[in-house]
This record gives sequence, structure tokens and C-alpha cells, in this order.
Amino acid sequence: MSVRKAGESEPPQPEEGGSSAQLSQPVRTSKPAEDGDKKSTNKRLKDVDICVPIVYGTVAFYLGRKASESQSHKWTVYVRGATNEDLGVVVKRVIFQLHPSFNNPMRVIDSPPFELTECGWGEFEIAISLFFHNDVCERQLDLYHHLKLYTEDESGPQSTKKPVVVESYNEIVFPDPLEACFARLQNHPAVIVPRLPAGFNLPNPVSIDQKNDKERGDTKDHPLSQWFLNFSEADELLKLAAARQEVQAHIVNVRRKLSMLDGPPQLSKPPSGYEYA
Amino acid sequence: MDAKDILGLPKSTHPASQEKKSRPLKESQRKPDGISREVYALTGGVPPLMPAVEPLQLKKRPPTDEKITWQWLPFTSSARKDNLQLYHWVIVVNGIPPTGDYSFAKYNKSVDVVKYTDEEYEKHLTDDMWTKEETDQLFELCQQFDLRFIVIADRFSSSRTVEELKERYYKVSRSILIARAAAFPGNISEHPIVKEPYKFTQERDRKRALSMVLSQTKHQERKDYEVLAEAKRIAESHMAARNAKESELLVTFTMDSERAIVFGETLSPPSNSEFAPAMVAHSTSMAENASTLVSLRMLRVYLRTYALDQMIQAASSSAGLRTIKRVEQSLQELGVNLKPRVPTKAVCAQHLDLRKEILTLLNLQKQLQHKEAEGTSYHDGPYETPGTPKDRTFVPDSTSFGGEVLGDRVGKRDQKRKALGRAEAPSLPAQSKRPRKLRASDL
Repeated sequence: MSVRKAGESEPPQPEEGGSSAQLSQPVRTSKPAEDGDKKSTNKRLKDVDICVPIVYGTVAFYLGRKASESQSHKWTVYVRGATNEDLGVVVKRVIFQLHPSFNNPMRVIDSPPFELTECGWGEFEIAISLFFHNDVCERQLDLYHHLKLYTEDESGPQSTKKPVVVESYNEIVFPDPLEACFARLQNHPAVIVPRLPAGFNLPNPVSIDQKNDKERGDTKDHPLSQWFLNFSEADELLKLAAARQEVQAHIVNVRRKLSMLDGPPQLSKPPSGYEYA
Repeated sequence: MDAKDILGLPKSTHPASQEKKSRPLKESQRKPDGISREVYALTGGVPPLMPAVEPLQLKKRPPTDEKITWQWLPFTSSARKDNLQLYHWVIVVNGIPPTGDYSFAKYNKSVDVVKYTDEEYEKHLTDDMWTKEETDQLFELCQQFDLRFIVIADRFSSSRTVEELKERYYKVSRSILIARAAAFPGNISEHPIVKEPYKFTQERDRKRALSMVLSQTKHQERKDYEVLAEAKRIAESHMAARNAKESELLVTFTMDSERAIVFGETLSPPSNSEFAPAMVAHSTSMAENASTLVSLRMLRVYLRTYALDQMIQAASSSAGLRTIKRVEQSLQELGVNLKPRVPTKAVCAQHLDLRKEILTLLNLQKQLQHKEAEGTSYHDGPYETPGTPKDRTFVPDSTSFGGEVLGDRVGKRDQKRKALGRAEAPSLPAQSKRPRKLRASDL
């Protein structure tokens, strides 16, 4: 499972004859690095963000009886869509950089699901590098995750049934994407795009090759999916709103006090008709 | 009595003898040695207790062996071109009069005013505004008065301003120098007249502005200062408004009531210096916000958490480390994660706004503390009791934060307390000032 040959890592080809004529830019070629040539065929959508919510982390199982000195745990590191959708539309390749004590510590995953399973005994920091399709972004994005094998409370024996799960939620933002990229991704469930104003002419989106079920890239029915954590923004939003209200109330209070100190010119004598009831 | 004194008329014997007696008595009192009567009177009319420096000793000189006499002798000065014979007192030491030039001759400096021939005038120096006679007269005066243009302008026959005279003089000198340098090759580009030509309009405006500034009254000066400060404030608010608009397009900032209060209060009383600094601080932080957003867009890809960190940094750029710690403390007290667990676009925006509001609150509290510290300095310290229980209307809020119970004033100790709990502490002395009962100290 560690290295896969290039599958859908190629940018989507204009298979249909009709659409290729309408494509305003050749998606295949690498786009120029400079931002300055806006008049070229690679037009970007200004003030538009493409947002890809992801979750990345590790799930580690204690091997119990099968454990040895050097291999006490079996763990999987992965990057998945936050809603378990297929990240392959955006991500071309993921490279997991493991501890140098591993063989071939640089593990390249060329197709979704972007994950890696290994056995070991030690905790260390895994570097996860995301590479995107050419029309999406030419630069890689680096994430870091600390592999956790042991629970906080060291009381009692480790369970082989319940893994140690550490996941982090984040969102990848691509500002000012290429028009073709936007067209390609705008209807994909893994991606959040803003609604464009009406009358916006985008090149026709090119449909992605249909994958057969064996090579599905989404993680909806992933064997580890039962351990995936839930990330709902509603909770956080509620808490933030409540906190803001409280702070705002305090601000109003303090402002009131300040204005009362400023208002009536007083020094040692209390003002004749002052504000306190 | 004095009149009779003056006239020398005989007075009645009794008072006369008295006066005679008192006068010599007084006279002897009035005659200190070495110093004048008035100076002696400064000491109070009695000799000082300490032995003062003997006045007579002060003027003595060290004894010298040389024989010094003073003689009235003639002298010559190199500064004079005529043969006028002048005399002065000269010190003669051991019969030898001093030698050398007149000591003040070295101060006879003059300016090298350019002298042009008539040909040169015809060739280079003709001008519509100036006749040859005028130019000649100008140069003569310049030579005579060593380029003291104010005097020259006064002496000049036709009424020309100082700037006009200067301009003509420097133009002529420059042209002559350049013309002569062309004939005899020499580098004169370093000559000050050539290097920096006289600018008539600039000089005129400069002098006008200078005279205006000098003649400003104190009132005018204050007015100017206020107007400048006001203009700066308006400029900053414009920039803030523009940046605010920009950032609103890029990120969803919710305009809630608090923001309305902030802007409403700050914009309406323009002369209120309290809010102006807060407004300026607000606007600078908004400017930094906008620039952070711009720099984010330059990246081809970034993480939401990275963007949030950048925005937080920009927003707290004006705050010190301690303030930032207090903000984080407050977040913890409010039960909010320092780093959001689910950093979506909306969550990050709310988080950022919350941080900014906490910063605002902390700044306001600091202001309040300062204001109260100011106010309390007018009161009698020991007679002020910090709030009595009936004055504490904010106890419920502070305890909900887990803040400690208050009672002291603004002091260094406060800063170690919990952030928001402390909000209530400074308010109490202010309250207790108001319903103060009459005390013995007031009478």
C-alpha cells in the first residue's frame, strides 16, 4: 500500500472532442509561475477562494499478544476529506516523511485514499507534504503531526480494541484559482467554493474519469471510519458567540463608567444632580 | 528739617545737638572700608560674622619686576589705505613699545565682488529688467558694503527688493564666472555661486512663510496644532474606513451592535481626546489587517489556521506581551480554545473578532484605571474607603468570572490578578467617591 503507480494523478484530459475546442487554456501545460500575466490564457478568478476542508491524523492500535519489542503498535497516518469525500480531485500526491529509523522513510502515496500503515514502537513527528494537481497549485503544503501511541493515563493495560486517535481539522485555501480549476471543482463535494455572480462565463468543466469501485478515493466506508472524530463548527460557533456577548456587555459597562467620569466636572464635591439613582 | 539742613539754617539747640550726635554716630556706622555703602547695606548693615575676603586685597595685583608705563603714541593700521595718523594709549614695558600691525587690522575682511568690464557686460550680462547703470551701482554698493544686501537695498537709488538685488548680483556673478572659465579652462563647478544658483521665487516664499510663522500669536499656534491633529485623525479614519471596506469584501466581518457603538461613539465627539487614541489605534490595526489579507492572497495555498495566526498577529501588533497573555487568559476564562478545534472560515472570523473585542475591553479597562487614578489624586488618600458593600453592584459579574473580590486600588498587584475579574476593582473607588458623606476633613 505504500507506493502506487500514477493513477489519476494526471490532470483531467479533455476526452470529449467538443469540450476541447471550448477550453480557453491548455490545462495540461504547467502554468507560468509569475502572477503578472493576467492577460494570458491562464486567467484567475480574483477575490475567490477555493476551500478544501481536511482532517489529518493517526490511529494507533496496540498489538497486544502479537506485540514485539520493536513493533508494539500498528498505526495508520492519513489525510482525508473532512466530510470523507475524495480528495483526489485536488490532491495529486502525498508524501509522508517518517522517522529515519524506518526503511525508506519517505513514503509517497500517489492516489487516494492518502494513507499509510506501519508498525513500530516509538512516537515521533510525521511530516505530511501535500502536492496538488497542476491547475490547482504548483506549490506543496506541509503539515506536521505527532504520532501518539500511548494514552494519557498509563493505568491498566492497553486495549487492543480501542485505538489511540489523534486528528486535526484544517482547511486548505487556494486564493484566486485558475478559471479552469474552478470550473472543474465547483460541483465537487470535497470542495467549498463561493457562489459566483450570475452571468459568469467559465470554461466548460471537464468531467473526471469515473473510478471503479475498487479504487474509490473517498473514505466514507473506510475500515477505520468508525474511529474518525467528529468536527462540527456549530459547537465552537455557539461558544464563541456566547463569549463575544459577554465581552461586549463588559465593554458597554466600562464605556459607561468612563463617560460618567468624563461627563460631569467633578473633583472633590459630589455633583448636585448625579446619575446614580 | 531736611530743608533747614540744606539751607544751613541754625536749628533749635536741642534737636540740633541731638542730630549732631546722631549724625556722627551714623556716619561712623556708614563708612565701611573698601566697599560702597549700598553694597555694605546688603549685608544688613552689620559686618558679616564670617571673616570676608578683604576687599582691599582683591584689587591688588601680583607684584612684577617690569617697569610699565603707558604712552600716547601714533600708530598705523594696514586696514587703512589713506595716510591718516592716529594715536592711542600704548603700554610700554621696560621702555620698549609694542610692535606689529594694529591688532584689529586682521578683522578687515572683504568680499571678492566680481568686477566686469564693459565688454563683458555687453556680451553676457545684458538684461531687460536692469540697466547698465543700475547694475554698476549695485556692484559698487556690494563692494562697499560687503554684500550686506539689506543695507544695499536701502542705499539703492531705485526701489528694488532685496530678493531682486540678490538675484541680479548672483546671476551676473555666475555668468561672469562661467564665461571666464570658458576662456581659461578651469573647473569652477565647485564654486558655490555656480553650484547653487539663487532662486528668486523660492527665497521670496521662504521669507514670507518665515515671517508668518514668526508673527503667529500664541492663540494662532494652538489653533494650528489642533487643526493639524484633527486633519491627521480624519485622514486615519478615512484610511480605516477604506480598509474596513476592503476587508469586509474579503472576509465576512459581522457588523454587530458593539461595532456600531465603537464607531458611533468615536466619530461623534471629534474633540474628545479619550476616544481619539482608541480610534487611531483601531484604524492602525485595521490597516495591518488589510495588509495581512493582501499578503495572504499572494500565497498560492495556505492553511486556515495559518491565516488566523497571521491575522491575530496583525491585530495584536500594538499590544505588548503581557496584554497578549491577558487576552489568552480571558479566552481561557471564557471557555474558548486558544486555537479553534474546528477552524472553519466562520469560526476563525468569530475567533478573531472575539480576540479584538477582548483587546478593546482590556484597553478600556486600562483607561478607566488611569482615569480613576487621576481622580483619586485629588482626594484625601487616607479618608477614602474603598467600596462599602452597598456600592458593589457588579459583584455577580465578577464572581461569575471567578475573579477575586476587590478592594484595592489600581496598583501593580492588580496585574497579577485574573484579567476580567479585575474589571470591577477600579470601578469601586469611583463609586465610593460619589455618595461620600461629609467628613471632618471637608470642613
